[in-house]
Amino acid sequence: MASSGLELLWVSLPQLGKGAAQTLLISLLSIAFSTLGGVLYGVLRTLGNRLVNVVLRVYLELFRAIPVLVWLYLLFFGLPIFFGLSIPSFWCAVLVLSLWGASEVGEVVRGALYSLPRGQREAGLSIGLSGPQLYGYVLLPQALKRMTPPTINVYTRIIKTSSLAVLIGVVDVIKVGQQIIERTYESVLIYGALFLFFFFICYPLSAASKVLERRWAQA
Amino acid sequence: MSALIEFQGFNKFFGEAQVLKGIDLSVQSGEVVVILGPSGCGKSTLLRCLNGLEAAHSGSLRFAGNELLDKRTDWRQVRQDIGMVFQSYHLFPHMSVLDNILLGPLKVQKRDTREAREQAQKLLERVGLADKRDAFPRQLSGGQQQRIAIVRSLCMNPQVMLFDEVTAALDPEMVKEVLEVIQGLARDGMTLLIVTHEMAFARAVADRVVFMEAGRILEHNTPEAFFTNPQTARAQQFLEKFSFVSTLPKKIKELEPI
Repeated sequence: MASSGLELLWVSLPQLGKGAAQTLLISLLSIAFSTLGGVLYGVLRTLGNRLVNVVLRVYLELFRAIPVLVWLYLLFFGLPIFFGLSIPSFWCAVLVLSLWGASEVGEVVRGALYSLPRGQREAGLSIGLSGPQLYGYVLLPQALKRMTPPTINVYTRIIKTSSLAVLIGVVDVIKVGQQIIERTYESVLIYGALFLFFFFICYPLSAASKVLERRWAQA
Repeated sequence: MSALIEFQGFNKFFGEAQVLKGIDLSVQSGEVVVILGPSGCGKSTLLRCLNGLEAAHSGSLRFAGNELLDKRTDWRQVRQDIGMVFQSYHLFPHMSVLDNILLGPLKVQKRDTREAREQAQKLLERVGLADKRDAFPRQLSGGQQQRIAIVRSLCMNPQVMLFDEVTAALDPEMVKEVLEVIQGLARDGMTLLIVTHEMAFARAVADRVVFMEAGRILEHNTPEAFFTNPQTARAQQFLEKFSFVSTLPKKIKELEPI
């Protein structure tokens, strides 16, 4: 039985690999967009413009209060119905994960910028730096240390949450696993493999975040 | 000669509270003006308004003939002409000393790297810190950091320097090295506006002393006249508090045998 189990895993590898590639691609794209969007969100929140703050607060609370799964359904099934706009399930997953991730990364960036001494902003302004220069040369480089460990944690959550994409029909590593189980009834084996897959992707990330946190806490 | 800096009927509010009330003050080019007064009297706010770190409310503030309350004021230009040094130095901790100094000249003023570096080097030598060029702020003492902060402002070639209680956060030993640098600038004829609690220094360096309380200027005087014969009762009181410590009677008490 054990040998046939390993055999099954071996012959399934190419198929699982395709699914894994899909999962990783969704995750990587979402992480990239989340980071860009999050930095933009964080910077905008610290500018002190009231209207911008209100809009961003609403965005944040919507993604905090409503589960990612509901967002996936809402955009995947709702957009075609209400706006006649249909997005492929792959891009729908990337869109929702990016919007959600950007709100999470954004709060981290905002917190990191906010925690910098106010004098840094004033010192930068007093030598005539423009807004973008102030953020680019003075504020964001200093915030980077504070925001990197928690941002990596958001990344691992994005990778894990990407598994929800299966529910709108993306053929990711989970879907492929399910298909194999339907054929072979080897659920323990396949889910065990998925367990290891996610563990070996996410654990190094969260370990790195811990190490960075400890190292930079001392500096 | 027209004044380089001129406040006229200048007002500033924080919410409901008026922190500067009808300030009239003019500073000539090359003049050293020291602003004294109790905590919270508005003296720091006055400096910060000159640098656009606080928005003015009403009245007039002219710098080199231009009205700074004008909406079209280009603060980035003004800030290059008016250097500011803060109480807690605010060096950029992620940059070396040289990068701290060159950020403004290279990125804001777009100057030639070699020329700016040469000036930075000269200024560092002048404040006795040429050997710290590649150090990071956290490796320096408070006094050294403050001298670097002064160089960072000076390297922009400003017309005026503002000093906002720059020795208040320093150990007594380090106050001297910073004050000597400021004194050197005064001797070279730079226009300085100084807020300080160092009375002896104020007396030594000032061309003119301004005494403020509760958002108003109560007294304008030469340092000699102000320190020996203040015109207002409030200034008298203020000076007495500062001389209190130095004129305390010595403790006369026999040591008890152990």
